[in-house]
Amino acid sequence: MTDLATATGVRAGGAPHRVRSTPSGGRARRPMSIGRIALILGLIVSIVYFFLPFWWLGVASTKSTGDLYTSPSLWFADGFAFFENIARTFAYQNGIFFTWIWNTILYSVTSAVGATVLATMGGYAFAKYRFRGRKVSFAILLGAVMIPNTVLVLPTYMIMSNLGLVNTIWAVILPGLLNPLGVYLVRIYGQDAVPDEVLESARIDGAKEFRIFTQIALPMLRPAIATVLLFSLVNTWNNFFLPLVMISDNRLYPLTVGLNNWRALATIDGSAGQDLYPLLIMGSLLAVVPLIIAFLAMQRQWQSGLALGAVK
Amino acid sequence: MTKAIAADHVGSTTAAAGSTSGPTLKRRRTQAESRGRYGWVLLAPFAATFVLFLIVPLAYALWLSLHSRSITGSQNWAGFDNYIRVFSDSSFLGGLGRVLLYGVLQAPIMLVLALVLALMLDAVTTRLSRLSRIVAFMPYAVPAVIGVLMWGFLYSPQLGPASILTALFGDAAPDLLGSNLVLYSLVNIVTWQMTGYNMIIIYAALQGLPREIYEAARIDGAGGWKLATQIKLPLVAPAVVLSTVFTIIATLQLFSEPKVLQSTRPDAVPADFTPNMYAYNQAFAYGQFNYAATISFVLGVVIIIGSYIFLYVTRRRSGLHD
Repeated sequence: MTDLATATGVRAGGAPHRVRSTPSGGRARRPMSIGRIALILGLIVSIVYFFLPFWWLGVASTKSTGDLYTSPSLWFADGFAFFENIARTFAYQNGIFFTWIWNTILYSVTSAVGATVLATMGGYAFAKYRFRGRKVSFAILLGAVMIPNTVLVLPTYMIMSNLGLVNTIWAVILPGLLNPLGVYLVRIYGQDAVPDEVLESARIDGAKEFRIFTQIALPMLRPAIATVLLFSLVNTWNNFFLPLVMISDNRLYPLTVGLNNWRALATIDGSAGQDLYPLLIMGSLLAVVPLIIAFLAMQRQWQSGLALGAVK
Repeated sequence: MTKAIAADHVGSTTAAAGSTSGPTLKRRRTQAESRGRYGWVLLAPFAATFVLFLIVPLAYALWLSLHSRSITGSQNWAGFDNYIRVFSDSSFLGGLGRVLLYGVLQAPIMLVLALVLALMLDAVTTRLSRLSRIVAFMPYAVPAVIGVLMWGFLYSPQLGPASILTALFGDAAPDLLGSNLVLYSLVNIVTWQMTGYNMIIIYAALQGLPREIYEAARIDGAGGWKLATQIKLPLVAPAVVLSTVFTIIATLQLFSEPKVLQSTRPDAVPADFTPNMYAYNQAFAYGQFNYAATISFVLGVVIIIGSYIFLYVTRRRSGLHD
């Protein structure tokens, strides 16, 4: 539970005696060594690099088409077209942008919740039950983690096409239910986090298996479940190849495919297309902000969650 | 089937079984069997989606790759014709060469950066390091399409900071999205997007290391540099291996980023720029689904072989016990 330790800046087993360059980064003032200065400089450079595109996006979202060309790219123009850009983005093509936001939420939430439920049940089964074919099934699952999902997109399209499901929401949602890595994570976490004795004593008390799962195991699995949910959500939110292939009706597009379409439009239209740039920029900003907020809000969750796969 | 129990748990089940009024051996076995069956009940929903959306499409892709569509629309057995065509197809081989070059550049740059950042964050705990941990991870939340849109503007000689280059070189300014440089520009975009994610995985592993190791190292007089390179690095190697495998899988699959650039710069990013783009194009521009499935399948096999070779070379415990 290093969370608390890092959050407070104190390390478990903190340094009793101060030595230069201790790994325990307490707040104590230490003489500035060359190494420490290099560390701080390195961190600052990395912050600038990773933040620069966000800064640019935020600044550019306040500019009109003309200002994009005439003002410095990393600083504000004299005009402030932020709200005008929002209005234009939502008004363009009869307000289709709003539909895209809704589609993205629909696809990612249903896929991610479904995938997480399936992965939790499956991972718990692998962790705590000795059923016939368990080893073989798990070996197949591990192999599947390696299979690049793009290999599956084209044949899945053809299957969906034969079922008449192409260009429906199911063509995007159903394939998103599959998350082998999630099963693996829940198993890894569950085999230690849910002690066998607890399950045994519940059985002796006469509890049914399903009740043991919902009442006892699920609360213990919470960190793993949160991690699987968060990453399923990001994966489906960011998905591009699958909806690009499956969906041809632009009223069913998710944000990624929709914005890609606008980008292509802006190119085709030449100089008139440049008028779409503020919409592209604002659309990008609006698509990114909810995820960033979700990430910041669930920080503690994903940081401890990622340790699942890494510590072993 | 041995039970997965740590040494201190040994005997818990037998103790539990003994504490009841001594059920017969036979009854206990049937109990265990029915309980085992319940494992299948829990696994069944996932197994169903696994079969429907992984096994079936994979088998179908294989079947498609071994057939070809005649003019009448019927599928005829083609043996290895499609495969022979793929391996002599300069578009496929060129694309594969391109993603390999891209991977050879992108994977080491990104993973070294992620590792260095993770070690830095582990060495100092200040407001600054907490901020950089969050900022470095933020790009992971940006969809690839939008990441490319943003960088596309940043690379633009009129709209982005790249205009500095134009000011410096005049008309001879390097075209960052031209056919010569677009691969390197893609390396930068994906590095920006994924470094933080890999950094967090390695950082989580570092945070999980027992602190006593550091104490011991300090008593032995190891400085920060020695500690990082000789003690922490070997201990988090499994996490780095994991990151590398996923990076290999991702680089060879490259699709979204160049696909978005293709609409703006078709001169620099042709339709066969990567194997996945080529497969997509064969399927949806020419209706060549058998050939597209073959390309996908061959690419998948190449990726799996590559991942396994890497895992074999860096053999380590996977952290699973049975």
